[in-house]
Amino acid sequence: MTRAMEHWLRTEHTAFCSGCGHGILLGCVIRAVDELEIDRKNLLFVSGIGCAAWIPSPNIQADTLHTLHGRAVAYATGAKLANPRLTVIVVSGDGDLSSIGGNHLIHAARRNIDLTVVCGNNQIYGMTGGQTAPSTPVGARTATDPQGNVYRPFDLCAVVRAAGAPYAARWPVTRPMSLIDSIKKAVKTDGFGFVEAISPCPTQFGRRNRLDDLTKLYDHLVGLCVTREEAKKMKPEQLWERFVIGEYHD
Amino acid sequence: MSGNVQILMGNHAAAEGALAAGCTFYAGYPITPSSEILERLAEKLPAAGGAFIQMEDELASISALVGAAWAGAKSMTATSGPGLSLMMEGLGYAAITETPCVIVDIQRAGPATGQATRVASGDIIQVRYGSHGDYCPIALSPWSVQEMYDLTIRAFNLAERYRVPAFVMSDESVGHLRESVRLHRDFEIVERNRDIKKPPFGTDAPDGVPPMPAFGDGANLLVTGSTHDEWGYRRVDHPDQHTRLVGRINKKILDHADDIVEVDARFLDDAEVAVVAYGFTGRSALAAVKRLRKEGVRAGLLRLITLWPFPEKEIRALDGQVEKIVVPEMNRGQVAGLVRQHVRGDVVSLCQTNGEAIEPVAIVDKVQEVLA
Ligand code: SF4
Repeated sequence: MTRAMEHWLRTEHTAFCSGCGHGILLGCVIRAVDELEIDRKNLLFVSGIGCAAWIPSPNIQADTLHTLHGRAVAYATGAKLANPRLTVIVVSGDGDLSSIGGNHLIHAARRNIDLTVVCGNNQIYGMTGGQTAPSTPVGARTATDPQGNVYRPFDLCAVVRAAGAPYAARWPVTRPMSLIDSIKKAVKTDGFGFVEAISPCPTQFGRRNRLDDLTKLYDHLVGLCVTREEAKKMKPEQLWERFVIGEYHD
Repeated sequence: MSGNVQILMGNHAAAEGALAAGCTFYAGYPITPSSEILERLAEKLPAAGGAFIQMEDELASISALVGAAWAGAKSMTATSGPGLSLMMEGLGYAAITETPCVIVDIQRAGPATGQATRVASGDIIQVRYGSHGDYCPIALSPWSVQEMYDLTIRAFNLAERYRVPAFVMSDESVGHLRESVRLHRDFEIVERNRDIKKPPFGTDAPDGVPPMPAFGDGANLLVTGSTHDEWGYRRVDHPDQHTRLVGRINKKILDHADDIVEVDARFLDDAEVAVVAYGFTGRSALAAVKRLRKEGVRAGLLRLITLWPFPEKEIRALDGQVEKIVVPEMNRGQVAGLVRQHVRGDVVSLCQTNGEAIEPVAIVDKVQEVLA
């Protein structure tokens, strides 16, 4: 973090494990709002429960609302409707937003209220000890799928797009410039904007999938990323273990 | 006395009360027998400058309510049993974050889907103890269309005054009752203290209620449902912080019981038997007491307008004064059990869980049986 961004932080260090992708995502989020020159007084961050929900709370120096597991988007909807001057950005995890909170996510996309949702997707439940999430790739090992997950994961960008979101994007945290750019676009979208960040979790995901070495884990995730063009040539089943990166909009 | 007199349904009167109290946000989900509140505010709240939204479920409704309250709104929802059960999660969040909001519960026969269109009062214990951990909501119980209006206004004021979720615990019979109501303005409106310089989650002030700035006020708020210190920083492994926070959010309500508790006492001065009732049952109880008086029985009525905090002092005052207490209610004795905790004398429960209101004659018969 360069010193120029420190005014966005109220903590000296985060609670994230070393090597966690969420620290990079935090940096992307604050750079995006900094570059957009958003009036901080009217900037609200909302999060649910889980590691990614700790990205804004308590780290970011702005109004923050750290809510219940899964409900962040519903809280954000209430805040935005009650005070439309607020720029409302939800930052939360894949399990929070798409498992326990899946219903709120699709309805917010359907209503197309002016919210931005940033999903830190670490493909696992980090905080509770490494259990399977709806975003866990097929074959990945977790505390609740020690033999490897057999169920296909959500393609969250496709889910919110199908529900009506005008803008969605997915990038790994190894592409910070793309992430910053997409977060800015999502905030500027007049309606529901969604950005999914593929964020490595060394502690829970790496450890269980023989990717203890940080470089190996990052290389592994980057290797699973395919562009939308490449994805077109692949079978749907092949994509259940991969991340299609890029932007989706009208 | 100001305000025009109209004939309204109880549920509509609650919606009018919300508008009169300055409600600016409503989020809800359709559920019998409360939907008339949702529908009336869908029509009237946007015209009054507020925001209305039908959410995807009750988990979302109460979440939106709390989000809106922190954005500066006075917010309300209405529901019934199954929806209330879903709201227990968000109720705990509202309690620990000290968020003012109003929940109108039009009680119906449960458990589960039960009888959606039939009356009951089975949610009394649930609102007090249904969310995990210790918290202390306020709950008021109207017996008339007028009180649907008046107590909704009072619920807003108490919620703001004490930064706490406040319930209007009505029932299907009062909710769907049609009678005249004066839509008066003979009340003060309590506004939130939005001081951004003092901590929003802790205070040494004797009333235990810190100021509550809104998002956008420049307070850089840290609101969390985890245990937090007075500025909102998570303190999830500090025994003292947890003790202090949980203690204060309960104490600030219990210490003000005298301000919050309201009862309606009739014919009690010389009574040998007291009927303790609330909600629609209060009407049958009053009719029963009058009939008993005509028959020479010295019966009295203590109608509980406030259910939470429980009117302990008022109940204790009956002990020794009356010989017997009869508690008619449309559940299996939820309030009778509470009354027993505060008196040594005989407390007789008259339970009815058939989806119908208790007739005065049932109360008359019970009192006579108890005195025989
Ligand atoms: S458990 Fe995983 S996601 Fe959570 S902080 Fe640690 S590395 Fe990051």
